[in-house]
This record gives sequence, structure tokens and C-alpha cells, in this order.
Amino acid sequence: MSEAQLDARRMLCPMPVIRTQQKVELMHVGETLAVCCTDPGAIHDIPAWCRVNGHEVLDIVQRDDEITIRIRVCDA
Amino acid sequence: MTEPRKAVALISGGLDSLLAAKVIQDQGIHVEGINFYTGFCVEGHTHAIRQKDRARPKRNNALWVAEQLGVKLHIVDIIDEYKDVVINPKHGYGANLNPCLDCKIFMVQKAREWIDKRGFDFIVTGEVVGQRPKSQRKATMPVVAHESGADDLLLRPLCAQNLPETRPEREGWVDRNRLFAFEGRSRKPQMALARQFGFEDYAQPAGGCCFLTDRQYSHKLADLWQARGDRRYELDDIMLLKVGRHLRPRPHFKMIIGREDGENRFLEGYRQQFTHLFTTSHNGPLVLIDGEAGDEDLDLAAQITARFSQGRDAGCVDVEIHRPDGATLTRKVKPMPGDRIPKDWYL
Repeated sequence: MSEAQLDARRMLCPMPVIRTQQKVELMHVGETLAVCCTDPGAIHDIPAWCRVNGHEVLDIVQRDDEITIRIRVCDA
Repeated sequence: MTEPRKAVALISGGLDSLLAAKVIQDQGIHVEGINFYTGFCVEGHTHAIRQKDRARPKRNNALWVAEQLGVKLHIVDIIDEYKDVVINPKHGYGANLNPCLDCKIFMVQKAREWIDKRGFDFIVTGEVVGQRPKSQRKATMPVVAHESGADDLLLRPLCAQNLPETRPEREGWVDRNRLFAFEGRSRKPQMALARQFGFEDYAQPAGGCCFLTDRQYSHKLADLWQARGDRRYELDDIMLLKVGRHLRPRPHFKMIIGREDGENRFLEGYRQQFTHLFTTSHNGPLVLIDGEAGDEDLDLAAQITARFSQGRDAGCVDVEIHRPDGATLTRKVKPMPGDRIPKDWYL
């Protein structure tokens, strides 16, 4: 199954969270999403959003100014 | 067993909304949070931009509140719809361009639409009678309830005993005796209740969550409208008002000058849209030109750009100017002395 991608670079929080939420609403349980961001606040906010809404953060990779957060959509 | 009643709580991330949601949750109601993003929210943005703030621990207070409560949080983008609230507030502005009463009505109205779509029963806010001079007065409480369309489905648990009974109280979904009668500007009752619930590390409350309550920010927004001859804005406009030093040397153009590396990096994202300048002989800021600048204007802008570079005391500074169409110009200029920049150019 291919992984969905979300480009949230240059967006400032909470926009990466809002875009993640909108994308996840269209996905199915078990699918994964990779969100690419540049706002360092996203490292805290997207995992916090996942925790309160019952989704799983698979990993967070930071390379230079870009952060990629991979999420598995769960049955929230 | 019957399904519990369901409420959506407006979560700003401050103490009052945290407590209001908790009070209702403790009465066995299923609570979910909703947080509206207008584009003017102080949270996050400037902290993410400025280099000196990057090391600070960051958190989205609304998400943090949701975690404390163990509730879902729905963050809703209302940027476009909110423009009409800012531009044409029926109830007018507060001390600055803050349309607090219209804002509250609008958010409760959006919450009403949200509960109708999702089958929730009522709406909870952290409002307290007398807490805010514009939007949280005894006289405005029914205005918010009525004009939002929420009417008696709007419950304010922190001051409910000072207000007429709402439907959740009448129907027995919640016990009015376990709600509160807070009133006025004192924070002490809220702080005592927070201690009772074991909340210690909450966001410092009151007034600081919206850029429109800030005098300087409102001044820059008013200047933007005046310069354009039109009261309108896009998200990029209101983001840029939060960043850099803003100078308007002429009525038809404004300069946005990065104050440090973080802001320069942020402004770089706008290079394709704006004429921009930077010094090449010395380290210096990235400067965006908002408006139409002719040749003489660009000479002036180059001198000002040099003034804010490390070559401010040099006899000559090289400045590159890039037009959005790709054209590149260069200028050798003497930096404008600081005391030659009139104070009223600064926005």
C-alpha cells in the first residue's frame, strides 16, 4: 500500500496540524501518511494531535530544516 | 444503558476553557474540544519564526488542554470565513482592531453548526460574566447565545448560576448545583478550582491569544488597509504583519525588514512574490517591498536596507534588488543614518 504524502513545508503551526487532520479524515484505518514540515512546532503539535485523537506516530525524521512525521491512521 | 449526552467545548488553550470542559466532563458528559484558527492566533507562529525563540519549549495550548482532559480536539480552519468578522464587525471593535463580541458570536455559531452535523447535544464555553470589558459582560451573554443561534444550548459552566437556566440544566443532563457563579475580572476562583482539579501548569490566561488585541499589530493592519484603499487581507498579509520591522517611507510602498536569521529565512519564502533587497558587501537583512516602488523609491529602499545591515557605518554598501519578474538591479549606496529615518515611517 502506498503511503500518502502531505507537504506542509513553510506552513506555521497550527496549519500543519489542520492539514494533517483534514488529510486523515479522508483516509482509512491502517493507512499511513508522511507529513513534511518546516515549523519546528510541528514536532510537538502533530504527535500531540495524534495522541488526543487516537492515531499512531510511526517515526519522526529531522533532516536540516525539514521534519517528516509518519502517522498510522487508527480507529479513533 | 443509555448513551451519555455529548458536548463540544470551545478550547482556546487558556485556563477558563480547560476548567469549563472539566466541570462538564466530571458530570458524566462526553466532551470533545473544538479550537478555531483565525490566522490571528498568537500561538505558535512568531515562536516558530524567530531564531531566539526556537530553543524555547513549544506547545499548542489547545492540544495540551485536550491531553489534560483526555478528550479529542478538532482544530478548525476558519481563516476565510473569519475575514468578514474582522472587516465588518456588527458590534464594532475593542481598544484595537479586536472584534471580540462578533468573534465570540461567530465561533459559537460555528460550534452550533458543528454539533448539528455530528449529533452533539450542547456547547460549552469558558466565558465568565464580567471577565472581559467587551465580550464577556452580563449584557452580552444573551447576545452571544441568541445571535450565534445556539440559544439555550450554550452552557457556561463557570458562571451558569448567574445566568438563566439552559436546556442542559433544565433537562437534567447536567446538575446546575454543581456549576459555578464566577463573576468579574478576578482570576482567584479559577485558580482555586484549578488547584482542586490538580491543574498546575496551565497557560497564563486573558487577552493574549489574538494579535488583533495588540496595538502595534492593529496599527499595521490599519496601515495595510489604508495603503490599499480597501479593507481586505489574505493569510500571507496577516502573517507578514507578525514578522520583521515594518517601515513605510512613502504612501505607495512599505518595507518589511527581517530582524534576525529566523525572520530572514521566513521572508525568503516570499521572494517570488515581492521585490526584495539584500546587501552583498556586508551581512544584512532580507527586505521585502510591499507596494509599487519606482527607481527613486528603490534608491531610498536600498539606503534604508544598508542602514539595517552590518555596513551601517560604512561609506558605501552594495545592495542587490530582485524584481518578481526575475530582473536584478544593483546599487552602491551610503547607508541612511538612523536619525534621518523619521519615526513615523516605523509602523
